[in-house]
Formats: sequence, structure tokens, C-alpha cells
Amino acid sequence: MRAAGQISATLAPRKRIGAASFRRLIVRKGLPYALIAPALLVIAGVLGWPLVMLVSFSLQHYGLRQLFQHQGTFIGLQNYATILSDPQFGYTLRTTIVFTLVNVALSMFLATLIALLMERVSRFVRVLIGAGLVFVWATPVIPAINLWQWMFDYEFGVINWLLTRIGAGNYIHHNWFENPLQGFTVITVIVVWGAIPFLAIALNAALTQVPKDLVEAAEIDGAKPWQVFANVTVPVLRPTLLVLLSLSTIWDFGVFNQVWVLLNQRPSKDYFVMSVFSFQESFRVSQYGLGSAVAVVMIAILVLATFLYVRQTVRAVNEAG
Amino acid sequence: MRRRSIRAGYDVIGVLVFAVMMFPIYWMVSTAFKPGREILSLNPYWVPAPLTLDNFKTAINVPFFWNDVVNSLTVVCTVVAISILLAFLAAVAVARFGFRGRSAFIVMVIAVQMVPLNALVIPIYLLLDSVGQVDSLLGVIAYYMAVVLPFMIWTLRGFVHNIPVDLEEAAMVDGASRVGAFMRIVFPLVAPGLVATAIFGFIQAWNEYIIAYVLLSSSSKQTLTIWLASFTTQHGTDWGGLMAGATLTALPVVVFFLLVQRQITGGLTAGAVKG
Repeated sequence: MRAAGQISATLAPRKRIGAASFRRLIVRKGLPYALIAPALLVIAGVLGWPLVMLVSFSLQHYGLRQLFQHQGTFIGLQNYATILSDPQFGYTLRTTIVFTLVNVALSMFLATLIALLMERVSRFVRVLIGAGLVFVWATPVIPAINLWQWMFDYEFGVINWLLTRIGAGNYIHHNWFENPLQGFTVITVIVVWGAIPFLAIALNAALTQVPKDLVEAAEIDGAKPWQVFANVTVPVLRPTLLVLLSLSTIWDFGVFNQVWVLLNQRPSKDYFVMSVFSFQESFRVSQYGLGSAVAVVMIAILVLATFLYVRQTVRAVNEAG
Repeated sequence: MRRRSIRAGYDVIGVLVFAVMMFPIYWMVSTAFKPGREILSLNPYWVPAPLTLDNFKTAINVPFFWNDVVNSLTVVCTVVAISILLAFLAAVAVARFGFRGRSAFIVMVIAVQMVPLNALVIPIYLLLDSVGQVDSLLGVIAYYMAVVLPFMIWTLRGFVHNIPVDLEEAAMVDGASRVGAFMRIVFPLVAPGLVATAIFGFIQAWNEYIIAYVLLSSSSKQTLTIWLASFTTQHGTDWGGLMAGATLTALPVVVFFLLVQRQITGGLTAGAVKG
């Protein structure tokens, strides 16, 4: 399938071997490279080069003065030493890891439940859920954050009214962001709500790949529903689950917009997750070297999840041919 | 009998799930249509009555609204027009040719989508600053291109791959040149895929926040996602205006998304697009 060039070469009538066919050989060999060159140049120049420079900036002292001179001073690993001894960095790293674990687990769990539910409801309800998922998925992230900001508003927010009304306590004029644990709960709600549609739709598509006769055979042999799920469904879902897990990890670990926009661009230190901390050090404190070091640590941690994702995807491509 | 009541139970849960997922969106849109006293009320009004367009009028009269609409459109359309062309060329190379370095290119295209923009924004800012291109739409355009390109290459690769090579070869046997066969056979078949991919690129670029937020500092150059912050001042937030603004910003994206969702979803588990 992939070697179309070779096939057409053998189909083409062989005329004379000489300068002309040599030129054609060059053209044929060179063509794919010429086709990918423009895209490759843009990606390398606009993504690759900054990535290299990020590492380079993380080894420099780069403050306001250096910003005006467009020239940092090389200081080796000192930025890394500084952030590693900064208690704020320790707090940030722990918070980000816990946040990621909770968010990935919650969104995967709920998305799986919804995907399973979609298999068991009537046709009408399935279409209804599908439409709801697509609408939520389509909602852009910044307007979505704004609408949740409004729902959780301390004064006129509908959530406070609802919680008070159903007797969960007195939430009138309750400020969700005074206590970081509650604040992170709100952020989790926003992230999970936004993540569920993509995960649930992908999982539901994968569920249709589960062979029905295999499930029936297991049921006839007396397997309980959860046994069927663990031994028949999960093995079929495994590649999809792996991809979705690594993607969710990458997204949730790098969470920025939800914190930044929700807290009106002035999050307190309690709300510093990795990307917010890196941003704050760079653009608010003007310590671009330190900010870069934090960003490098963040990317380094994500390499494992990325590796899993890339390997799984490449494998899927090779299987498809 | 028992089976039927279980099914009905699942249906009830399903409808509840739908309601919970959709309520925030309903709340955004309905707030946008409510008069001020219904918004700032301790007991919520579930349905706006009477419907009012005041919030939308406020929103589009916020300074720089039309200006920012034009900016968003300029950036996004330029990005999509250029990158769909580059992506298509690369996708054809990957889907139709075997060449040395092909696998490395594929791995690069997949992996590069995983690099968090929040981390790259620092070197981007410093590099553009040193050549005086901060606060210019040009820097944002260049950057967004690199953001949408990998995804576009990946999706288009799938579309091109799905068109059997035999069709092209049959045309060539019948006397068409290679380029002719490609233009007459492959291109028409892949056109819907091109449109869908372009629209998805449009959505991604339209929704982007952090690059525009860092790079574009003067209000006359901002894009719509940044403009939404102008409803929040020291005196508080104009919720009606903000919800109207959010609805307006989300509307084109939602419409476009509904149009192409089906065609793109397949490639999504293998690409990294978050709504």
C-alpha cells in the first residue's frame, strides 16, 4: 500500500536507461522529501527551535536586564538548584501530581461508565447522550471556564443556591476559592466535565469492537457481569485505554487555562500547578531562566507518558498497514 | 418484564447524565438572554422571561470587539489557508511514498503534539522579543501554524491512505499522467477530508489562549479569547455581558464542530485534539 512509487515504477514501460531515467530517479526519490520539507521546516523552526532554546534558557540567568539586552548569562545548573531548594516548587510538584492522578482517574472512570451506559440504553437516549457529549466537547475552553466561573460565583452562582436548597449545608455567599482544596475541586469539575466527551466517545467506539458472541459465550458459561467486563471487555479496550490514559495524563499535568482564567489571572501561591508556576516565574517575576527550568522539569516528567502514547499510536498505524 | 424495567432504569440514568452535562451550556446561553435583575437574583430564574438582547448589545459594544473579531479571523484564516496546503503535501508523501526517514517523520508528527504550549511560551516570547515581533499578529500566525500542522498532517494522512492506490493506477494505465491521475482521482475524493481538517484547524486556532495572551499585549491586536477578560474589572464581573460574549465566541466553533465531528472523530484517538 505504501510503496505506490515503486509499483508505478515497475508498471511504467522501461524505455532507455540513460540520463533521462536517471533524472527521473532523482525526481522520484526526491519528491517525498520535497513534499514534507515545507511542513518540516515550519515545525522545526517554530516548535523545535524554541524547544532547544527552552533548555538553553534554563541554563541562563535571564532577568529583566537580560531581557532588554536580549542576552542571558550562562550559569550552568544553578536555576535547577534554586527551584529544587524552593519549598514552593516542592508544593507545586506534589499538588500537580495529586491533581493529575485525581483528574485522570475521575475522567476515565466517569467516561467508562457513560460509554458502558450508552450500550445499555434505548436508541433515543443513546442519541440524546451522544448529542450532549458532542455539544460539551464543542464548547471552547475559555468560554467554558467563564460559564463555570459564573455557576460557582459566590453571590449569585446557581451551584451555591442548589447546594443550599438540597440541604448540603449553608452555601449562601460561599467563596469556593478561599480554601485551595475547594478551589481545586471546582477546577477538577471543569477539567473532568470538559474531558469526558472525548474519552466517552472514544471508549464507546472501542466498545463496539468487543465481539458480541464472546460476551454471550462467557455469560452462558456463568461469568458474572464484572467478570465479563474484566476478562472480555477490558482486553479489547486495552490499546484505547492506554492511549486515552497517556493523553489525559499529558493534558491534566500541563493544566493552565482552567487555573489562570478561573482565578482572574491572579492565582494565589496555593494554586500554583507546574505550568502556572513556570508562567508566574517568567512573566510576573521576570525570572525567565527559572521559569524555563520549571518548564523543562515539566516536559521531562511528561516524556514517559508521551513515549507510551507514541509507541501505541505507531503500533496501531503499522497494524493498519 | 424485569429486563424491561432494568432498561427503563438505564434510560432514566442516561437522561440524567445528559441533563447534568448540558446544564452548564444551557445556563450560559439562558443567562445571556436574561435581563439584569434576573441574573443578579438570589433565587435563580430558570427560564429568561422576557428574553432580552441587551447583554449581546453590551458585549458587542465593548471596546475592540469588532476589532478583535477581525484579528481572530485574520489570524485563523491565514493559519488554516497556509497550513492545510503544507499539511496536504506532507500527508501525501507519508501516505503514498516509502522513503527513508518516513517512520521518524511520523513519530515526530505524533510526539510534537504532546509538547505543552505552556512550556514553550517562554522561549517563544524571548525569541520573538529579540527580533521585535512581540505584539504582532505575524508571530502568532507563525506559531499557530506549527500548532495545527502536526494534527493536520496526521488526519490528512488517514484520508489519503484510505483512497485505494488501484484507482490512481487504473487512471495511469488509461493514459493519465501521474499528476493528472492525482488531480482527477485522488483530489476529489480527499476534498471532504480537506474541508473537515481545515475546519478542525480553524477551531484549534480560534480557541487558543496562552500564546495570544502572552504575545498580544495591546488591546487593538488581541483575539476574542483574550477579549473575554474585559468583562471582569476591579468592580466585579458583568455576568450577563460575559455570558453573551462567551456565547458569541463559542457559537462559530460549536457550529463548525457539529459539521465535521463525525469525519474527524476516527482520527482523534490517534491525534491530540482537545475541545
